[in-house]
Amino acid sequence: MVLVDGRVARKRAERASRHKVTVVGVLGEVLITGGVLVLAFLGWQVWINDLIVGDEQTHVSQELSQNWDKGEATVAAPPDRPDPGAPQVDVAPGNAERFANLIVPRFGADYTRPIAEGIGVDDVLAYGIGHYPDTAMPGDVGNFAVAGHRTGWGAPLADIVNLQVGDSVYIETEAGWYRYIFRSMEYVMPTGVNVLEPVPQIVGQAPTDRLITITSCNPPLTAAERVIAYGVYDTWYPRAGGPPAEIAAIAQTVAAG
Amino acid sequence: MYGALWRVLPGPWFVKLLIVLVLVAAVAYALIFWVFPWVNSLIPTSDVTVEGQG
Repeated sequence: MVLVDGRVARKRAERASRHKVTVVGVLGEVLITGGVLVLAFLGWQVWINDLIVGDEQTHVSQELSQNWDKGEATVAAPPDRPDPGAPQVDVAPGNAERFANLIVPRFGADYTRPIAEGIGVDDVLAYGIGHYPDTAMPGDVGNFAVAGHRTGWGAPLADIVNLQVGDSVYIETEAGWYRYIFRSMEYVMPTGVNVLEPVPQIVGQAPTDRLITITSCNPPLTAAERVIAYGVYDTWYPRAGGPPAEIAAIAQTVAAG
Repeated sequence: MYGALWRVLPGPWFVKLLIVLVLVAAVAYALIFWVFPWVNSLIPTSDVTVEGQG
């Protein structure tokens, strides 16, 4: 019995020492918790938040489109539609005012993100795409230049480097849909402002073409360089005539939702 | 710390496990929707625009 009692007592003592809260033990757990939290934040920032915020931006974009539609014009424009003529060019709105949507089938079948005037980090780019002030408006002769995040803040341009020559880049405004065709990619330093020139990289040249320039950061997650996507105007679809067939599904989703 | 929490929880092990899972879910929710967005707003944003000043 003495032997058994001794064993029980030893076991109790062992258990007590195992349960003893030590400074080092607690410190270790706090450090591990901190590490897990930092990793969780990074994962949240790179993956989860872009999904949440990206979804919000898509909804904002769809609402804009709905307001412009007034419940009409969800039938795609026929391929043999009459020549729409020169595109309508609007006056640039006030800072941070949303006036267009970026619709790129290459970025996803339901991809649409809002474009607002200005390139303010907090009032525009956190909510979608921004239009460089004093550059051309959609459809105008010159350079319609926009910027957007590639990672974080909904990452509207996450797939910018997936663009392939010939891809459609649509700009939807109240007037209708402007179709640009992606032409080329360029990488510049953050100071490479000449990509915004009416004729990109040629300072002082009078423009004759209608171009689009999209800028974002490169490499992803850093700001060491900028990636630039250029497109050239193809045609436009006045709202009354219906959306382009390629993105009619988006327009119909919007009307139904 | 966590060991002490486990011993403080009432009931048999599966009840404890359930409580822990609910706690973890609550903490994760708070982090994702309140804490992380707040932390994110304190971090300087990465630049995507071209500017003269760089």
